[in-house]
Amino acid sequence: MIIVRDAYKSFNGNQVLKGLNLEILEGEMFALIGRSGLGKSVLLKHIIGIMKPDRGDIFVDEQNVGSLHGKQLEAMRRKFGYLFQEGALFDSLTVFENVAFPLREKTAMKEPEIKDRVFVELEHMGLKKDAHKYPAELSGGMRKRTSLARAMIMQPSIMLFDEPTTGLDPIIGQSILNYIQLCHRRLGFTGIIVTHDVPRVFTIVQKIAMMDDGRIIINGTYDEIVRQGNPAFQQFLSGSIDGPLHYV
Amino acid sequence: MFISCIRGLGRGALGVLEMLGSYGMFLLTAFFWLFGSPLKFRRVLEQIIFIGVKSTVIVLLTGAFTGMVFALQVFYALSKFGGESLLGPTVALSLIRELGPVVSALMITGRAGSALASEIGIMRITEQIDALEIMAVNPYRYLVVPNVVAAVVSFPLLGAFFSMIGIWGGYLVGVKLLGVSEGTYFGEMSNFVEMKDITMGITKSLSFGLIVSWVCCYKGFFTEFGAKGVGKATTQSVVISSVLILIWDYFITSISL
Repeated sequence: MIIVRDAYKSFNGNQVLKGLNLEILEGEMFALIGRSGLGKSVLLKHIIGIMKPDRGDIFVDEQNVGSLHGKQLEAMRRKFGYLFQEGALFDSLTVFENVAFPLREKTAMKEPEIKDRVFVELEHMGLKKDAHKYPAELSGGMRKRTSLARAMIMQPSIMLFDEPTTGLDPIIGQSILNYIQLCHRRLGFTGIIVTHDVPRVFTIVQKIAMMDDGRIIINGTYDEIVRQGNPAFQQFLSGSIDGPLHYV
Repeated sequence: MFISCIRGLGRGALGVLEMLGSYGMFLLTAFFWLFGSPLKFRRVLEQIIFIGVKSTVIVLLTGAFTGMVFALQVFYALSKFGGESLLGPTVALSLIRELGPVVSALMITGRAGSALASEIGIMRITEQIDALEIMAVNPYRYLVVPNVVAAVVSFPLLGAFFSMIGIWGGYLVGVKLLGVSEGTYFGEMSNFVEMKDITMGITKSLSFGLIVSWVCCYKGFFTEFGAKGVGKATTQSVVISSVLILIWDYFITSISL
């Protein structure tokens, strides 16, 4: 379970989080939507402990992330998988080596076992025949799938997805969402998807939260939010420039 | 006016202190992970190949020509007072104590130090370092420590190669071209060169290895965003490393004399 309680964060005087509150239940798939550049990715980095809030608390499985250091923080991070917007693949390593990386670094597994695990994961992602390629030789979708395979290989209990379909065509984007859904069914993780890919992402999540001006302004299931008829949500969905949400 | 000048100076001084503190903390953290956790031998070996083995050709080439031109110049100076017999020891002492460690360090900085800073810088801006942290892999342990160890191992070896090939270059010019006898060249050399000269050269190379890897890793690690940021980090890493090599060289030489 993830709880964000009254989190504040500013960068050079620019207040990004302004008392943000959020609660995500175990095993839940959660979509976090909102305008670009308003701190959704920053929130993800707070949850995983790369950034610390200026004020407020973030709890992951009842542990206050902000108070963790060293080995405790490392142990907490082992619960996580993270899909970066641009993949963040190690460009000097092949697809196979990228996916094998966490196993080689963080487990005592023998190489044959690692090989088996990696090829099973690559098979799931449809990348088995591309195992020898370097990230520079991959298409956008393949990079995302490799990154997804790397994130899934440690079988995380919490997955954070930072704009998993951005920059991909609709078909590849849908295939990535399908992969995420498959992985969720297989591993049962708690998932947070930061995305602008609406309404498509609503088919794979249980709950949606919308962030604006450093706070969560809408939170609930798709049906609940639609019933509320929230104008900000309607505007975001339609992509209209007229409405309560303004250009940043 | 006076107050604003004082304020400006104070701000500048604070900025310098902050920067020095940041460099210091970076090195301390690297040492913490160097001595506080098992060394990643495979990574160290990869970096020795990158920093050391791949710099060998350029170091040998510059070493040979440095020795050759140095022998020419020294021979010209010594012949003014009939001291040609001192060509061997002069070439050897200068190379072992000074030119070998310094010039090889500058060459490695240009070849490997710049690449190191840009590689780590690109890893920073493409979130690869964040990815390491998220996978609970400490980036100091994985990126910085292997480079520091590899540089501290590689620099003395390459410095020694530089001096050896330089002495051989001096031999080619002095003995084969200018007619100094082979016995005089090497005989006088063994009379004048002492163990402390070799120790001095090795000490210098070790410290240059530490300086270059420290500065280049730091600059890459804290690179600013975008291609411009990486370019700036790369240039600064080479300039700062080179200047520090020369400054540190002066201090270490003056202390030991």
